[in-house]
Amino acid sequence: MISAVPLAWVLMLASGLFCIGLFGALSRRHAVSMLMGIELMLNAVNINLVAFWRYTQPDEVDGMIFALFVIVVAAAEAAVGLAMAIAIYRTWQTVNVDSVDSLRG
Amino acid sequence: MDLVVQIMFGVTGLLILGAAFMVVSVRNIIHAALWLIACFFGIAMLYLLLQAEFLAVVQVLLYIGAVAVLVLFAVMLTRQIDDPEEPVLFQRWRSTLLIAAILFSAVLVPTIYNHNWLIFTDPQPAFAGPRELGFAFMNAYLLPFQIAAVLLLAALVGAIIIAMEDQEQRRTRVLTLAEEIALRREQEPSPPTRLANPHPASSMSSNPTPPPTPEQAGEGT
Repeated sequence: MISAVPLAWVLMLASGLFCIGLFGALSRRHAVSMLMGIELMLNAVNINLVAFWRYTQPDEVDGMIFALFVIVVAAAEAAVGLAMAIAIYRTWQTVNVDSVDSLRG
Repeated sequence: MDLVVQIMFGVTGLLILGAAFMVVSVRNIIHAALWLIACFFGIAMLYLLLQAEFLAVVQVLLYIGAVAVLVLFAVMLTRQIDDPEEPVLFQRWRSTLLIAAILFSAVLVPTIYNHNWLIFTDPQPAFAGPRELGFAFMNAYLLPFQIAAVLLLAALVGAIIIAMEDQEQRRTRVLTLAEEIALRREQEPSPPTRLANPHPASSMSSNPTPPPTPEQAGEGT
């Protein structure tokens, strides 16, 4: 893998995935779709961490441990975010984030 | 041998990027969630290519098994009738696309290509596997491990509290379908398109003008 695929290709793939996720998180109107974009961004970060682990320090465990902590935080974020989406839907009967603007000044 | 690995990497990357593009662009949100699962599978394949087998298993278990199912449940619980004219994206989605494209082409790609990465060039490295991960979690990373556990517990309790219904609305038994429909009409007279089979002779929703939706009420204040 190291001799066949340079590190830059993997990083390019991860950055492309990050930018697609960023576009989704910024531009979708459905709250659950925004969370999906955030999940894509977190996965792109994980690919970066695993790639750096494999290409620079395969005998250490730090990269994989970072990736595991990112997965844990992503799971917690998904649980709380989707609970918020359900609570917003129960109150407002919509999950369109354009419509939920009661905190706007 | 190198060519095989390159082809596998290319197929995996195309799967990941194509599925991610479908996630952010497809109209039906259930389909978006299913494309998200496809993207997670592609990332697990990439982890296998990068020889991180434990992380590939964790990816399948946690992302596909837990997060994707959570997303699907949230989509089902927040189901609303899709208006075909309503756009899926914000009005200014072109500016966000521009932001993402500039970030990709002007920041990330030049940084990746202009940096001299320190590549580990041992042909047969001693890989750190699940055994070393377990030792590290129990020794050097014990405190972050415990903090992650507390974070998961807090997220669990917080998600339950946020998503819990009010005390007086809590149900003590499973309602029948007729009771459920009557209860929903009583709680908030929703537009009749939300009901699967709207009954015309209902007494609750007989007012000719539809009641203000919460977003209109919110804008009026």
